[in-house]
Amino acid sequence: MYIVLGIIVIVIIFIIFLYNRIVSLNVRCDNAWASIDNQLKRRTDLIPNLVEMTKGYAKYESETLEKIVSLRANSISEKAKQSEEVSKSLTNLLAISENYPELKADKVFSNLQIELVGTEDKIAYARQFYNDTVQHFNTTIMMFPNNILANMLKFKEKEYFKVSDEDKKVVEVKL
Amino acid sequence: MILRDVRNNKIKTAFIVTCFFIIVALFVYFLSLWLFDNVVIAVTIGLTFSFISAFASYYNSDKIVLSLNGARVATREEFLQLNDILEGLCLATGLPKPKLYIMEDSAMNAFATGRNPEHAVICVTTGLLSRLDKYEIEGVLAHELSHIKNYDILLSTITIVMVGFIVILSDAFSRGLIRGSKDDDDKASGILMIIGLIFIILSPIFAELMKLAISRNREYLADSQAVEITRNKDGLINALRKLDTDSEALEQANKSSSSLFIVNPLVNERKKKNSLWSTHPTTESRIERLQNIK
Repeated sequence: MYIVLGIIVIVIIFIIFLYNRIVSLNVRCDNAWASIDNQLKRRTDLIPNLVEMTKGYAKYESETLEKIVSLRANSISEKAKQSEEVSKSLTNLLAISENYPELKADKVFSNLQIELVGTEDKIAYARQFYNDTVQHFNTTIMMFPNNILANMLKFKEKEYFKVSDEDKKVVEVKL
Repeated sequence: MILRDVRNNKIKTAFIVTCFFIIVALFVYFLSLWLFDNVVIAVTIGLTFSFISAFASYYNSDKIVLSLNGARVATREEFLQLNDILEGLCLATGLPKPKLYIMEDSAMNAFATGRNPEHAVICVTTGLLSRLDKYEIEGVLAHELSHIKNYDILLSTITIVMVGFIVILSDAFSRGLIRGSKDDDDKASGILMIIGLIFIILSPIFAELMKLAISRNREYLADSQAVEITRNKDGLINALRKLDTDSEALEQANKSSSSLFIVNPLVNERKKKNSLWSTHPTTESRIERLQNIK
C-alpha cells in the first residue's frame, strides 16, 4: 500500500518537474522569437530613411527595397523568407551607394549604414539563438516520456526561422 | 548543453568560494590566536572577517576592479559600432547586455567583470578598438561574454579581491612576527601555533595557485564558446594573433588583476611556456585549439 502511494507521489513529482521544464523552454522560445521580431521591426523602421536618401542615386534598387519591405508576412516561414529578401536587396542597395562619394561623405548616411549593418547582424544572431532554442524545445518534447505529456498538453513542435544556408555574414559592407 | 555547463561552473564557483572562505577564516583564526591567545576571540574574529570580506567582494568586486584599471563608460553615441556588436552577441546568447567600459590605453586588451550576467561589465582598451577590425572585435567580445555566461567573472573577480586580501594579511603578519616575541608554556597551543604558522605562510601560495589553475582552463573554454557564438573562428584567431604581437604593456595592469584579461597584459610573461604559475595559456596553444574546432 505504502509502496504504491510512494510510487504515485514520485510519478506526480516527476510530471510536475517535466511540465515546468517544458513550459520554461516554451517561454524561452517565445522570448527568442520576440527578439527576432524586435530587430525586424527596427530594420523596417530604418529602411524608409535609407530609401529617402538613396532615391536620387539608385532609384530602381531603392524602390525594389521599399516594395519588399511593404509586403505582409504572417507565418514564421513567410517572415523568414521576406527577411532574407530584404537582406539581399538592402545589401545590394548599400553596395551601390558605395559608388557615390557625396553619399558616402554624408554623416547621416554613414550612421544609418552602421545602424543597418548592425541590425542585419543582430537579426542573424537573434535567428541563431531562436533556432538553437527551438531545437532544444523540439528535442525535449519529442523524447520519451516527455512526448506523452507534451501530446496531452498539446505542445507542438515549433517552426525554425529558416533561411537558405547562406552564411549569417550576408552583409559584407566595408566599414 | 550550455545550461549544464553553466550549472557545473556555478557549483565549482561555489566550491572555490567556500575554499577561499575557509582559507580566509582559518588564516584570520590563527592570526588572532597568535595575537590574542584566546580561542573565542579568534573564532569570532576569523568568521566575521571572512564573512565581511566574502560579501564585500561579492557586491563590490566589479567596482574595485574597474577603479583599479581606470575605466569609463562607453556610450552608444561615442562608440556606436562597439555597442552594436555587443548587442548582437547578446541576442545570440540570450544574455542581458553588460555595461560597456573603455580604458584609454594604446595597448590592446579586454576584460570582463561583475558578479552575474545581470551585473556584468565588459571593458576594452581604445588601442584594441582602433587596431582590430569588426570581426576581430566580435571575437574578443564573444570571448568576454562567454566568461560572463560561465560565471567566470564572479570567480575571477572575487579571487582577485580575496587573494589580494590574504596576501596583505600574511604580509602584515610576517612583519608582526619579527617584532613581537611571545613566551607561551602551553604545549598544545605551541603545536597549533606551528601548524598555524605553516598555514599562514602557505595560504597565499595556495590561493594564488588556485586562481591560476582556474583561469587557464577557463580561457580555453571561453575561446571555444566564443566561436560557438560568432560561428566564425577566424575573427578570434586573428584577434589573438594581433593581441599577442602587441609589444605595448598595459599601463594600468598589475600582477594581481592580470588573470582577468583576454591576453596577459604583462608583456614579458606572455612568452613563457605553460606552467603552474602562468595566468594565461600561451597564445599559440589557444590558437591551435581554436583551429582544431570542426
